[in-house]
Amino acid sequence: MKIGVVTFPGSLDDVDARRAVRLAGAEPVALWHGDHDLGDVEAIVLPGGFSYGDYLRCGAIARFAPIMTEVVAAAERGMPVLGICNGFQILCESHLLPGALIRNNHRTFVCRDQVLSVENADTAWTRDFAEGQQITIPLKNGEGGFVADAETLDRLEGEGRVVFRYVGTDPNGSLRAIAGISNERGNVVGLMPHPEHAVEDLCGPGTDGLGLFTSAIRTMVGA
Amino acid sequence: MPRVVVDVMPKPEILDPQGKAVHGALPRLGFSGVSDVRQGKRFELEVADTEPGTLAEIEKIAATLLSNPVIEDYTVRVES
Repeated sequence: MKIGVVTFPGSLDDVDARRAVRLAGAEPVALWHGDHDLGDVEAIVLPGGFSYGDYLRCGAIARFAPIMTEVVAAAERGMPVLGICNGFQILCESHLLPGALIRNNHRTFVCRDQVLSVENADTAWTRDFAEGQQITIPLKNGEGGFVADAETLDRLEGEGRVVFRYVGTDPNGSLRAIAGISNERGNVVGLMPHPEHAVEDLCGPGTDGLGLFTSAIRTMVGA
Repeated sequence: MPRVVVDVMPKPEILDPQGKAVHGALPRLGFSGVSDVRQGKRFELEVADTEPGTLAEIEKIAATLLSNPVIEDYTVRVES
């Protein structure tokens, strides 16, 4: 069971993401932004960080990295793809997910343990959770405000594609407190908070983040 | 060599925290009378010609890379 983690120039959390994959019980595979194929991975994680220095817009240049052609094609075939923070921004820029992430409304970087509500436990990355379950994982971003037009927001809500919502005060000005969304099929999920930083009791707020990775493993084995 | 300028601005309905920060700094510097500030980006593209085909290509560049249509509007103009 192999899960690929893509490293772009400026990725920060690729090593943590690979570690989370291993702790969840799968084999992590390091993928490089300049690669033209995905090897034999069965799921993909786009990790957090500041790909290409956030030049132009967060994720805007990473979207055109050679490997993204393969990632987009695999996502459209139904392969589970998770975008975390900068990875979420890349998924939006790639049009695999709707909307965009803009600078936090309070203009400051936010870094804290964040409570989320799992709004949809039927995606490739959330089936090990229960709907309505609250989980706590770190949130750290400067440009995490999720925006989309009202029609898109209504569609996301109506189709159950709001996957995670912030509980308590909205930390970054995201519309309707949206922390994570999915595509129509539910195989592509993006979220701003960092599940890969909550996979061991020793550091981080707990192990709630593991559930995303174990969900993907269960999706891959078809259980 | 002709230059084509692409201006990219956040859509009016999109919050612009950077513009707000600049606006907030003005009174502290003693400037009054500015009621709002929006911050955008300006791109200067050097091109061989400004034939319709070239400008159509720049439109495409502006729409796909230089701006994100979800949150930004752009204008293309040839600088004389």
